[in-house]
Amino acid sequence: MASRILLLYAHPSSDRSEINQRMFQSAQSIEGVTCVDLYAEYPTFQIDIDVEQQRLREHDIIIFQFPMYWYSTPAILKEWQDLVLEYGFAYGHEGNALRDKYFFCALSAGGNESAYKAQGYNHFTIAQLLQPLEQTASLTQMRYLPPFALFGSRTALDEGRVEAHLDKWRRLLNALHHQRFDFAKAKSCKLMLSEFENAVSQEQVSL
Amino acid sequence: MTIYFIQAFIYLIAAVIAVPLAKRFGLGSVLGYLIAGVVIGPVVGLVGDETTTIQHFAEFGVVMMLFLVGLELEPKMLWSMRHRLLGLGGLQVFLTAASAAGLGLLFDLPWTVAVTIGLIFSLSSTAIVLQTLQEKGLMSSDAGRSAFSVLLFQDIAVIPMLAFIPLLALPELVEAAASLQVAAEHHEELNLLAGLPGWAYAIALFSSIAAVVVGGHYLSRPIFKYVASAGLREISTAAALALVIGIAALMSLVGLSPALGTFLAGVVLANSEFRHELESNIEPFKGLLLGLFFITVGAGIDFGILFSEFGLIIGLTLGLIALKAGILLLLSFPFKVKGSDRWLFALSLAQAGEFGFVLLSFSTQNHALPLDISQRLSLVVALSMLLTPALFIAFERLILPIYEKRQSKTQEPDKVDDQGPVLVAGTGRFGQIVNRLLAANDVKTIVFDQSLSAIEVMRNIGIKSYFGDATRMDLLETAGVGQASLFVVAIDDRQRATELVLELKHAYPKLKILARSYDRGHQYELRQAGADYVVNETYYSALEMAQQSMIELGMHPFKATGLRNSFAKTEEKSRDILYETWLASTEDNKFNANYRELFMQFEDALRNANKRERNEGHSLERSWTPPPKGYAEEFE
Repeated sequence: MASRILLLYAHPSSDRSEINQRMFQSAQSIEGVTCVDLYAEYPTFQIDIDVEQQRLREHDIIIFQFPMYWYSTPAILKEWQDLVLEYGFAYGHEGNALRDKYFFCALSAGGNESAYKAQGYNHFTIAQLLQPLEQTASLTQMRYLPPFALFGSRTALDEGRVEAHLDKWRRLLNALHHQRFDFAKAKSCKLMLSEFENAVSQEQVSL
Repeated sequence: MTIYFIQAFIYLIAAVIAVPLAKRFGLGSVLGYLIAGVVIGPVVGLVGDETTTIQHFAEFGVVMMLFLVGLELEPKMLWSMRHRLLGLGGLQVFLTAASAAGLGLLFDLPWTVAVTIGLIFSLSSTAIVLQTLQEKGLMSSDAGRSAFSVLLFQDIAVIPMLAFIPLLALPELVEAAASLQVAAEHHEELNLLAGLPGWAYAIALFSSIAAVVVGGHYLSRPIFKYVASAGLREISTAAALALVIGIAALMSLVGLSPALGTFLAGVVLANSEFRHELESNIEPFKGLLLGLFFITVGAGIDFGILFSEFGLIIGLTLGLIALKAGILLLLSFPFKVKGSDRWLFALSLAQAGEFGFVLLSFSTQNHALPLDISQRLSLVVALSMLLTPALFIAFERLILPIYEKRQSKTQEPDKVDDQGPVLVAGTGRFGQIVNRLLAANDVKTIVFDQSLSAIEVMRNIGIKSYFGDATRMDLLETAGVGQASLFVVAIDDRQRATELVLELKHAYPKLKILARSYDRGHQYELRQAGADYVVNETYYSALEMAQQSMIELGMHPFKATGLRNSFAKTEEKSRDILYETWLASTEDNKFNANYRELFMQFEDALRNANKRERNEGHSLERSWTPPPKGYAEEFE
């Protein structure tokens, strides 16, 4: 068995992107990943709810990929949540379509990791800032995983950190698809980035 | 009369048979003409002495070619490539000419002959190289751009060469000619200025060049406007021919090169809105005459010499290719043409060219070269051109693989920044908006319209636009429809719009076509003709109007937008089915009862789409809807 991955990518200015666009492009060549560029597909925000719900049904792992804006997702991902996660589909009476799927965010953040701490100027950790999404996953009966994050994204290119990040990203997607990923281990991390190596195993892990 | 018909037929049929064959084997049209000439001349013997006479006539094709080269040369473009043009091109011509002349001196040739040979060998074949590079999609590579600069410089350099070569005439040849009266027809040409003193001659020369430049700039517009007002195609062809021939006549009258005059006129008109119209009118004449010229060159090849001096001719040919390639390779270093591009650049330009033939026959006429040498040299030029496809093959099979292996796998391919232009046919109320939005975002567009006033408006606001009937394929071809990345059909004549789409799709199946339709029926016709995207000229503005009406009636703007969008979506869904029904109908009136019924069904669906609300609160409109009241208790 292989897991089917749905990558929902949101970047409102992908031609300026230094990290996310390349992550999205490299994901396209990985088996088992369905790549959706939300801003390209819905340039006027007219999200097709039926299409999106069907996509969710057909996948086991859902990823939001985005640059972090004002401690949250870019606007279209919020619109996507508002429209697609309908009552009766994602939650509420008979709203079980997402039950037991895995969910996590792959994001880039402008500040350094040290900024996302109680003592740092952002005061909260990435994990804390993503709590609304964590709770959304919880209400929709999905299993939430810690985020796969790149810090200091505006200087990553100059400092030559992008290639290594892309490499990790590809290995993560491959491991997820081939079920060589230990979700139990990953769950205990605060960030998948630093410790996900431990969660990738050589053999298949039962879900 | 009969004999002319027969001759004309022989030339034409030879070209018709040989050129397509040559193209099929990847040899290019120039070689096809040469081969045709070889077959009807030395091999079969169908044509004989008259080739020389025809050749003089056919040389007018070269004059036309230089006019067209001039037309392509916008001052701005020239400026942006000045370094490569002057540096690379200039050095290539100078070094090749100098070293070939030097080698000539080693063989004990008189210096004038050696210099003439050097000049002839310094030129490469614009026709073969540009065509091959274009066919292989290499024009935007570094090698392609460099090669183009060099070829352009050579094309321009031909003009001073034509002026310079008569000065190299060999006195003994001139004397012999005079006594034999061979060159009578060439040297007793009408020259108005023969008896004038030096200063008056200089003034006359200067003023005739000034006449071409000033007249081209100021007089051409009113004249072409007047011609355009007639709306007759043959008259605009006649005007274009009259322009070129008139300038050639003027230049001959004052004893200047006709090629120089027409080239200048071309440059002056390069920015004109009539440029593509002129090009498409002259192009077929130029093509035929140049073809004729190459045939006569082929017919003039002396196989007796080739076979009796086989070693010498082959040796000279290979030596020439090696010399030219060597110099080009050398030049690629300071001009930073790197990697496999360096080899492509060197090998592609290593042959002698069609202008070599022109200079050869010109030099012989002007007694700068003895006939026996020029016969051998024309064999060398022809053979070096024949070998060009082999050099390209050598590049692809032997050199490219080496560089491809060297390139690391992780390296991503270069971004293709050289996007072809967007051609917009029609710049009236519709096309104008399309073009303005594209142009405002630095998309290169080329605009055509049949209305001169529309063109003037566009030109006034600095948008490149040309006068001409955009449904004429030859016009579009000269404007570069082959390289276009998109084609927007925005002309308001329904019939002609559909025909244009049909023709474009037929000639360029890969070209993406976006078309404006008049109404629903026209939309289907355009779609059937092969348009990739069709938009009704009134549809979106009507939607906008309806949305605004709902807002005026007091509806919340966001809700009105949502309703408009769901209307458009439902409409879009029905589009394909309605089209299929329309297409399947065999009746004359394709909007038959069947279609009408289906249409009414979709109308009902539209009407209901925005009304119907699902019990749970989700309307078909699928915008945001609240969860049912009291849902929160489920989670307690």
